[in-house]
Amino acid sequence: MGLFEMTKTVLRNLAGGPVTRRYPAVPARTSPITRGHVVFDPATCRSCGICSKRCPCVALHLDKEAKIWEIDRMRCIACGDCVESCPFGSLTMEQDYLPPTVEHVVDRYTITYVKPERPAKKPAEEGADA
Amino acid sequence: MPERIVVPFGPQHPVLPEPIHIDLVLEDELVVDAVPSIGYIHRGLEQLVQKREYPEYVYVAERICGICSFMHALCYCQGIEHIMGIEVPDRSRYLRTIWAEYSRLHSHLLWLGLFADGMGFENLFMRSWQLRERVLDVSEDTTGGRIIQSTCKVGGVRRDIGQEMLDKMHRGLDIFEEECRDLGNVFLNDETVKYRLQGLGVISKEEAYALGSAGPTLRGSGVASDQRETGYAAYGELGYKAVVETAGDCYARCAVRVRELYSSIDIIRRAIEEIPEGPIDVKVRGTPDGEYFSRVEQPRGEVVHYLLGNGTKHLARARIRTPTLANVPALVKMLPGAQLADVPIVVLSIDPCISCTER
Repeated sequence: MGLFEMTKTVLRNLAGGPVTRRYPAVPARTSPITRGHVVFDPATCRSCGICSKRCPCVALHLDKEAKIWEIDRMRCIACGDCVESCPFGSLTMEQDYLPPTVEHVVDRYTITYVKPERPAKKPAEEGADA
Repeated sequence: MPERIVVPFGPQHPVLPEPIHIDLVLEDELVVDAVPSIGYIHRGLEQLVQKREYPEYVYVAERICGICSFMHALCYCQGIEHIMGIEVPDRSRYLRTIWAEYSRLHSHLLWLGLFADGMGFENLFMRSWQLRERVLDVSEDTTGGRIIQSTCKVGGVRRDIGQEMLDKMHRGLDIFEEECRDLGNVFLNDETVKYRLQGLGVISKEEAYALGSAGPTLRGSGVASDQRETGYAAYGELGYKAVVETAGDCYARCAVRVRELYSSIDIIRRAIEEIPEGPIDVKVRGTPDGEYFSRVEQPRGEVVHYLLGNGTKHLARARIRTPTLANVPALVKMLPGAQLADVPIVVLSIDPCISCTER
């Protein structure tokens, strides 16, 4: 009989609870590899600029002179390309989503990485160079 | 003869998730002609190939459409790989197939829900989306994104799925298939659904073929045309036979999609069983120089990416023919003869994706 095909499902659903959750009161479901948002570590960035070159939506900007690294969260699509391409591990992908905002603000970081000084050459080597 | 009036349908309409405008020419309540117009959400994504390097354009290609995102990336990557002569590893081909079929599952479940909503069957709508949530969870666990997977890249895939996860997915499919069959039974056997859909928006086999329609619209009219039969990705090894219905009405198009749910589950199951071990990507060197028409079967039909490389990092041209564009002429043919109250159902039956169409 084709009139009561849905009845079984309806009865089953009456017994079960809702499948969705009350986000943001309850945290969103994430997995360990969820692409939530990009996190920048200013202490390890060596200003190579690969991330800003590869970003498909031009959300990243690097000013090598002023040592400023910027991310426009409203442009970022969390594809993870910058995280994959960063040779120094300065970028990581966190799982949770950022809260919604009402203003267009660009996150700006000052790079604090200091290039370690080269060890002073030994006198013997200097002599050899000369 | 009754007076003719023109009623605008869309671009904002409760059944339309995306903006398409149709001018309906009516005689009383009967549609006698339909004039579609698009152009509300053109974003210029094709031209971006000249500004983004070819490996990065994959992420742009994925965002052409929110539902068939993986297939757009797959189609683009296959085109670039063909131009550059890259042979992708076997494991990545299987992984691409698995993700592509999960995308199809969630797209068809989304459409079935919207279709039930269009019919006024709210309970069925909620049930379809309830099942879709299960597919999205798998997608998030394996790729990191619910809808936009971002796992396809030129030369392979970006992520692997561990054996433990594959086993879990395989186990989950058994229960999921049972629930999908319960859902499909409502769509295919319920008298109210049949009464609403049968004989509505009929398009014959010859007309559907001549108007160049694609996907379930074409297969619902009895033309066995499915790009998966050409054997891209791992479909060659897994084998696939197109799902065909012959009636050509809304019910037939719905039945094609319901039966494609089952066939997708079957393909995923066999792909998980047969997936070979090995690397998931190859190193890509050089730049594309040449042209290629890449074709992939999306949930809505066949998508064509025409790619022209000129030996630089930026492609010279990309042209994307999406299935909805191919199905709009068929829609214009379906509408005359329908009652005004049935127009939303007929429009939904081609599964219009306007973001794809306008890019």
